[in-house]
Amino acid sequence: MNDKITVIDYGVGNLFSLRSSLHALGFAVQLTGDPEELTKVSKIILPGVGAFGDAAQKLRSTGLAEALVDQAKRGKPLLGICLGMQLLFEKSFEFGECEGLGLVPGQVCSLEADLREAGLAYKVPHIGWNPLHLEKPTCPLFKNTREGDAFYFVHSYHAKNCGDSLAASCEYGLNVTAAVQADNVYGTQFHPEKSGKVGLSMLEAFGEVR
Amino acid sequence: MVAKRIIPCLDIRDGRVVKGVNFEGLRDVEDPVALASFYNEQGADELVFYDITASAEGRGLFTDVLTRVASQVFIPLTVGGAIRGLEDFDRVLKCGADKVSVNSGAVARPEVIEEGAKRYGSQCVVLSMDVKRVRGAFHVFAKGGREDTGLDAIEWAQKGEALGAGELVVNSMDTDGVKNGFDLELLSAVAEAVSLPIIASGGAGKREDFEALFRLPGMDAGLAASIFHYKEVGIPALKRFLAEKGIPMRVVA
Repeated sequence: MNDKITVIDYGVGNLFSLRSSLHALGFAVQLTGDPEELTKVSKIILPGVGAFGDAAQKLRSTGLAEALVDQAKRGKPLLGICLGMQLLFEKSFEFGECEGLGLVPGQVCSLEADLREAGLAYKVPHIGWNPLHLEKPTCPLFKNTREGDAFYFVHSYHAKNCGDSLAASCEYGLNVTAAVQADNVYGTQFHPEKSGKVGLSMLEAFGEVR
Repeated sequence: MVAKRIIPCLDIRDGRVVKGVNFEGLRDVEDPVALASFYNEQGADELVFYDITASAEGRGLFTDVLTRVASQVFIPLTVGGAIRGLEDFDRVLKCGADKVSVNSGAVARPEVIEEGAKRYGSQCVVLSMDVKRVRGAFHVFAKGGREDTGLDAIEWAQKGEALGAGELVVNSMDTDGVKNGFDLELLSAVAEAVSLPIIASGGAGKREDFEALFRLPGMDAGLAASIFHYKEVGIPALKRFLAEKGIPMRVVA
């Protein structure tokens, strides 16, 4: 049971790489979109690519939002990846204000607007490999990660005001939130399933979280 | 700081790598899966596969290869070749591609850029263009460089950005194969006109060519095929060289 990872399948994004990378690490992978099912599983990954509003709406209408919050509050390890991480926050300002799961403090804001305000001419989306600065080196997710390891990012919105939950950041003109942790809830803005060896070892660390 | 990317490109016909690579330790030089794993180990930041298969039958071989690569190689994979509509996006994304590169298909029907961006997001749509100087102007060529479309490359890049492309591959037919450096004149002209990430292609012959490329403002990645395939430039040595010159690189230990 401990070697199984459940990936939330709610029709947002492509699960091929995530599933293959977990398989390559030797984990059994279960895909599910059934909120009832989550009571029986041991570890959950919430993936996602696309727009926050659509994804949040899908999680709510399927009952997954409530089930995820419930399981996370019971202490089950949960990892959000990319948009999946952004959904963990209180709210997002992507195309108007929209509520997230509220499991991690902070808001999701436009990277372009914040770069412009800071007078920086960086390209958006932020695409490519960026080294991490580990704000919380003891975070269990970083068991196999070293300061400066580079991970693959693709995003146009970023999380702010995460307070003590900020686990890692990266420099893209601004200090961009790269990973967060609030107790048993983890999130990465980057794609560990697309980040080569260091990415796989981070997924492995999540699989070993107790 | 985001690292500049080094991207090897593999042409695939009927499920095999065209112009097989001569590397020691690689038993089957035409096996895309072995080659992709090799480049991943070497520290390639991304891989591009162009399917140059002519037949529908060969197309199936390609998606089979893609599925096998994506099950073993966990870096971003871009796929191009015969992408004309959403069904083609769907076909390759389901097999593990992360980005889809459109070229002649977008010249014939520019809406394919918009359709792909709307359904899968801009980050998924790469506009690739083959460019050649014609009477002092930069023209876009289609059908693998055989047909002058008459389109102005700078205007086409801007149109691609407006339609929702997320990245731009600019391949200079004038410098391609010459191995005397990237087409910095063309690349600067494009970089001044758009704000998309630019992947430069055509002309890399030595590591200094990549240095000159990345000194140019607005360049995000360098793409090459034969110099990597024939080991004229090794990726680990190239990345160390560039890192020593102060260019941000992801150096894989």
